[in-house]
Amino acid sequence: MNAPSELAVAMAATGTADTEAAPDFNFAYLDERTKRMIRRALLKAVAIPGYQVPFGSREMPLPYGWGTGGIQVTAAVIGPEDVLKVIDQGSDDTVNAVNIRRFFERTTGVATTTRTPQATLIQTRHRIPETPLAEGQVIVYQVPVPEPMQRLEPREAETRTLHGLAEYGLMHVKLYEDIARYGRIATTYDYPVLVNGRYVMAPSPIPKFDNPKMHMNPALQLFGAGREKRIYAVPPYTRVESLGFEDHPFEVQRWDVPCALCGATDSFLDEVITDDTGTRLHVCSDSDHCQSRRADAEAAGSGSTQ
Amino acid sequence: MKSSSNAPPLLQVRGIGKRYGERVALQDAAFDLWPGEVLAVVGESGSGKSTLLNAVAARSRPDAGSVAFLGRDGVQHDVFALGEAQRRLLARTDWGFVHQDAAEGLRMDVSAGANVGERLMALGERHYGRLRATATEWLQRVEIDPARIDEAPRVFSGGMRQRLQIARNLVTRPRLVFMDEPTSGLDVSVQARLLDLLRQLTRQMQLAAIVVTHDLAVARLLAHRMLVMQRGRVVETGLTDQVLDDPQHPYTQLLVSSVLQP
Repeated sequence: MNAPSELAVAMAATGTADTEAAPDFNFAYLDERTKRMIRRALLKAVAIPGYQVPFGSREMPLPYGWGTGGIQVTAAVIGPEDVLKVIDQGSDDTVNAVNIRRFFERTTGVATTTRTPQATLIQTRHRIPETPLAEGQVIVYQVPVPEPMQRLEPREAETRTLHGLAEYGLMHVKLYEDIARYGRIATTYDYPVLVNGRYVMAPSPIPKFDNPKMHMNPALQLFGAGREKRIYAVPPYTRVESLGFEDHPFEVQRWDVPCALCGATDSFLDEVITDDTGTRLHVCSDSDHCQSRRADAEAAGSGSTQ
Repeated sequence: MKSSSNAPPLLQVRGIGKRYGERVALQDAAFDLWPGEVLAVVGESGSGKSTLLNAVAARSRPDAGSVAFLGRDGVQHDVFALGEAQRRLLARTDWGFVHQDAAEGLRMDVSAGANVGERLMALGERHYGRLRATATEWLQRVEIDPARIDEAPRVFSGGMRQRLQIARNLVTRPRLVFMDEPTSGLDVSVQARLLDLLRQLTRQMQLAAIVVTHDLAVARLLAHRMLVMQRGRVVETGLTDQVLDDPQHPYTQLLVSSVLQP
């Protein structure tokens, strides 16, 4: 007669209720209806490359601007077999990346990696990995401002009309202003692109160095803006052209020094100040790329000596 | 003014009517506009001038009536039957619209050069050097110092803003320009210069224009013909000199006699 209650007391005290057999949390944090709604938006986005699809963005356990859009998209497409990589400004070990990776480790239990080729799903903030993406990979961008014309035309009804009628003169007004003011196109990130010859799209604040990587990329590229409640996509092998003028064409950034750590001359470099006297160091922004290059060089070096 | 007998007019307006709820703002307005002709619409405030202008310029849809525009292809197009894309294309190529408040017609935070070049960029011009040259030329034509090409209209005076607005509209060489009180809010000497400029440009470019104004002096200086409106109706039409010197309708007589003679 006492036995059941004793058992219940013992279970409550030790906290050994069987959570693995009956999980209290839904897989990947969002409920199934929300995931279905987001997947529908994603399908529409993939069907119309570059078109901003509205979706019912949910409250997430972190503030807007920290990647709520990207997390919702990732949560809607992730499966138990996926291998997740999260990067923030090219690095796998900055606060944003670490927290989002841990969030998905706890809510899905999927394997995570820092190696680009091993990942099936990559959530990114502000960079595209230097290692070329492959077919079957999915890259999810966190987008703060999905509307490329927002700063020149604040009325959203008007920008939607402009998209609908493909009237994109305004985008060139922005670039004209750059040249008039600085003598060259000074926009260095979130550089507007024309997707599949139809929609002008904000590529999220990636450096324009990464813009050419979006063109004909074999991976599926998904964009989520949580606060603005918009999802858009670039399907694999889609044309993505950066806008420009005939006499001031699109150009990517160049550096006159190689990476101080791995010696790469073809990667996006961050300038790091290393002491109080202003000593500077240029290093790869993509930490995984830099590390694997150094590991390869070491292996090759030790291989040749033996 | 070339009113050749068999060619259709540039703009044919028939039976335009507009109500705001119970209030009749405009009733049965009709007129023809010929290429190169300047038509003034006068009347006191609330007489339906701006309603007429917005309806004719297809900026708001009237309840009744039709507006036919003679395209460059020589065919008359019913502007309300055009799709939105075509109407917008028309509005930024063959038409111009000069607002009373320049801030409505300009982008106040982008440079004068980009303001002038915007229409061209929208039409697909992608050469910075050519855009710049065109903008410089147009600033000169509207008597703005080309050295100020990179300044935003926010730092311009009222008269300069109005001239910049005109340049921005005329850069695509439209054939018809709508002007809503283009000179009000400017002081008299600036008004005189602007009127002079407008007269010169309309003549040089063979530009047809509809000018809404409450200032009879503007009508006399600019317009070939005029249309007097009262309570949403057109009460008198005719050649400008004829209407102003020999007004027939009692309201026109009142309007003409109300002008102060310095």
